[in-house]
Order: sequence, then structure tokens, then C-alpha cells
Amino acid sequence: MSKLVKTTIVEGKLFLREPMSVGFGVLFPAGLLLLLGAIPALREPSPDFDGARFVEFWAPTALVIGMAILGVQHIPTVLATYREQGVLRRLSTTPVHPAQVLVAQLIVVMLAMLVGTALLVGSAWLVLDVPLPDQPLLFLAAFLVGFGAVLALGLLVAAVAPNARAATGFGTVVFMLIMFAGGVYLPRFLMPDFLVRLGDYTPPGVQALLETWSGDLAALSTVESSAAPPLALQLGIMALVAVVASTAAARLFRWE
Amino acid sequence: MPIIEVTNLHKRYGDVVAVDDVSFAVEEGEIFGILGPNGAGKTTTVESIVGLRTPDRGTISVLGMDPQRERTELRERVGVQLQESRLPDKLRVWEALDLYGSYYRRPADRQKLLEVLGLADKRNAPYRKLSGGQKQRLSIALALVGSPKVAVLDELTTGLDPQARRDTWDLIEQVRDRGVTILLVTHFMDEAERLCDRLAIIDSGRIAALDTPAGLVAKAEQEQRVRFRPSAPLDDRLLTDLPEVSSVQHSGHQLVVTGTGNLLHAVTSVLARNQIVAQDLRVEQANLDDAFVRLTGRPLEQ
Repeated sequence: MSKLVKTTIVEGKLFLREPMSVGFGVLFPAGLLLLLGAIPALREPSPDFDGARFVEFWAPTALVIGMAILGVQHIPTVLATYREQGVLRRLSTTPVHPAQVLVAQLIVVMLAMLVGTALLVGSAWLVLDVPLPDQPLLFLAAFLVGFGAVLALGLLVAAVAPNARAATGFGTVVFMLIMFAGGVYLPRFLMPDFLVRLGDYTPPGVQALLETWSGDLAALSTVESSAAPPLALQLGIMALVAVVASTAAARLFRWE
Repeated sequence: MPIIEVTNLHKRYGDVVAVDDVSFAVEEGEIFGILGPNGAGKTTTVESIVGLRTPDRGTISVLGMDPQRERTELRERVGVQLQESRLPDKLRVWEALDLYGSYYRRPADRQKLLEVLGLADKRNAPYRKLSGGQKQRLSIALALVGSPKVAVLDELTTGLDPQARRDTWDLIEQVRDRGVTILLVTHFMDEAERLCDRLAIIDSGRIAALDTPAGLVAKAEQEQRVRFRPSAPLDDRLLTDLPEVSSVQHSGHQLVVTGTGNLLHAVTSVLARNQIVAQDLRVEQANLDDAFVRLTGRPLEQ
């Protein structure tokens, strides 16, 4: 156990030495939301949103950005690089299994994302008056299974990519899908219904984050013709994605 | 009892036979070399020894353990330096040593290891800022950080400059003097000749010869040459009458005497009896390169 703690501390230090991952994964979501909040039209109640505010509606999407950067960009690139450079092979000659470095990476990224989320929720609350999550425990659950599913996809990319370049490439494709379904490129209330519903089922599940953060706004993405599935179903699907993708990753993962 | 014992090892990858019936034993305190061209099966052999590969046939015993069944225990006691394995770019020298040390039950004195390996002033340097020689020394340090009984070193000095190579060789001898048995894989003749107590020459997956470097040379040595400038003219027949001499050639003022056995002694005795001094006397002997050619039918570096 102390070996894992030590490995996690070292991987954590290495993470902090990657300005791109820290900057875009941890700080950027909060920064971007604050930046958008600096535009009066986006932070004031608008008839376009039935009197709600854009920043409130969009806050979970900022979280999706951080999760996608850490989950399907940082993780696959780091792990594929470790494999390509023989770091994993080197570890397999010690009494420690190379899976330990994987577990350590996941712990580090989970902690980093918790910090990034706390920054986002906290700064949105303090600066933009976005209320704290209505249902904190369910929000935490939506965060954990949602990010878990994204991480599992990242592991799967790392497992199947033959080298670090391919890992970054495959990761970017998944990244775009996650960002799109999460409403990063086009706010979800402007999307056609079926694309909005796509976001309910695509990790990390932006709808579940929105419902547990600002419940009364969730209805905005729900049109008469197609209602969002129940929260339990959304979380269940994220958990399923997490289990299936991580099982596949574990089977396909090559250590060298 | 041998520290490492390999018996009838076979390993194939698809249709390619990488290792074909290799057997050898390494004794305690030895520097045992495996020498051969690239693709000869050296790395597959050592990877099987350290449990990274499963042999198709044959048995391996390291410190009395089976590398597959007792892999965790084996890894406690066998330090490995792999070919082409790097560390994360931003990992610092001390962090690497400390981390790898924490993986073993009895880590070595890490500070001392840094000093012995000449890395003390690079303690806080990130891996990517190290020179090739420093990376190699760190890699050796990591192979030794668990206080192993056996160190397996694969292509120790590839990519190092001549000074760094000599320093690394000195270091390996010091490690051996501390009681560590060393299995060294190399495709450098001079490295094998300088370091190894015994040497297995592997070619196309088979052991072509196994002996001390001197023994291998002697096996290969069919003829030697003695070259000198006689202080006075001398009748060739004085030399050609000797049973050891097979031919005498003139090369300017020099004589080149070719023969076998104790050629030098036979020649100098005849000269002494005739009051002739052999000036600029040189004995040309076969080296390990010649031995390799004789044993495998081709030169090592191609």
C-alpha cells in the first residue's frame, strides 16, 4: 500500500509539472466560465432562457471541458508515452506491477478534477451568484460516475493505441464527441432535440450534472416532444459505460 | 550451485526461432557475458531469465527460483537494466531512485549509490536534461537500488562516448567486487573482452562457443605471427627448420614468421643462439574479433 502512496505522490508531482494539463484541465473550466460571466448579456437573466441566466445553464458544460481534457487527452497520452518509452516495461522488472502506475495516474487525475470542480463551483457561486448544487450528494455521484466513464474511455484509447501519437489522435476524436455532446461548441438549448438527448447518454452526462446542480434549469433542455430520461437511468448508463470500457481496456491493455 | 542455470531454452515468435536450445550456467560472483550480433537471441534469452518472457521449452533457475512461478520474489533479488527503457521526462534523479527504492524490501543506500555513480550533483535534475551517459548511470543505479544478488545489464554502453564507456566498465567491476553476480549482454567485442570472466557467443539463437575470453581466442587461434627486424642477416632455414614455424616472409627489412604453438620462444631461442637481436619485435595474436569470425563464420559488426 505504501508503494502505491509513493507512486501516487510521484505521479502527482509529475502532473503538476505539466502546465498544459494543470492549466486546461484544472484551471481553465473555472476561468472560462468567469470570462463568459464578464459579458453582461450572459450573466443577466434573459427572456431567451425563460428568465434564467446563461452562465448558470452553461456551468456544467465548463466541467465537461475539464473532464474531457484530463480523461481522454491527458490520460491516454501519458499512458501511451509510458508504454512507448519502456517505463511500464521497466516497472515490470521490479517487484511492483506496472498497473500500479495506472492506478496512481487515475487517482491523481480524479483528485485534480475534484479540485477543478471545487474551483468552478466555488468561483461561480462567489463571483457569478450561481447557486451551489441543489442536491450535493447526487451532484457528487453524477461527477464520480460521469468522470469515471470518461476515464474508462481514456483507458480504452490508451489500451488500443499503438503509440503515443495515435493515442493523442484517437483521444482527440473522443474528445470532440464529448465536447460536442456536452454543449461546448453549441449551447445545448440551441441544439435539435435528438442531439440534446445525445448529451444525456454521452459521458460524463452533462444533463445529470445540470439536474443535480440547478434542477429548475434542467427543464430548459427538455422539450415537450422529448423529455430527459430519469436521473437514475442517466447515472446507470454512465456507470455501465465506465464498467464496459474499463473492462475492455483491461483486456486489451498492452504493457509493452 | 550456479546462480543462474539455463537448460535447453527454446523460444519462437511465430515462425521465427529466436532462441534454439541454449544452455549455460553462471557462477556466483562472475561477470558472465552474452555476446552476439543484433537479432541473435541475446535479449530474448535474458528476458526469459528475468521472467519477462515465457520460454516455449527448457528450464531456467535463478537463485534457485523459477522466474515465472516465483516472479515477485525473483524481482526482489535480481536488478535489471533494460535496453531502450526510459523514465518520465520530468522525473528527477533523486525521485526516481527514491521511488524505485521503495519497491524493494531492502533498498540500498540511495545517497551512496548516487555518489558511487557520479550523479550526486545531478540529484535534482529532470531525466530529460541528463546526458546519455548520465541516463545510463541512473539506469544502472535503478538496477542496483534493491540491493540485488544478481544484476542483468542489457547493452550497457550503447550510445556512450569512449570515456563514459570506460567509466561504466570500471563501475561494473566495482559492483562485482561488492559480490553481485553480473549477466552482461553486449554486441561489443572490446566490452566483452575487458569485463567478462566467461562469455557465451550466441549466433542465430544458438550458443556457438562458451569459454573465457582468452580461451575463446585460443580456440580460434590457429596461427600467430612474429614480426621483427634482425640485427644481422640470417638464413631463413634456421627458422623454417623449427617445427613451430610454418612460413617465413620478408617484408622490407622485416621478417614475418608464421607458426603455431610456442612460436615466440622457439624463434627467440634460435636468434639468441646465433647472436642475433630481434629489433622492433612484435607478436601479432588473434583477438576476440578473429575468434568470433572463426566460430560463427562472419564478423560481428556488419
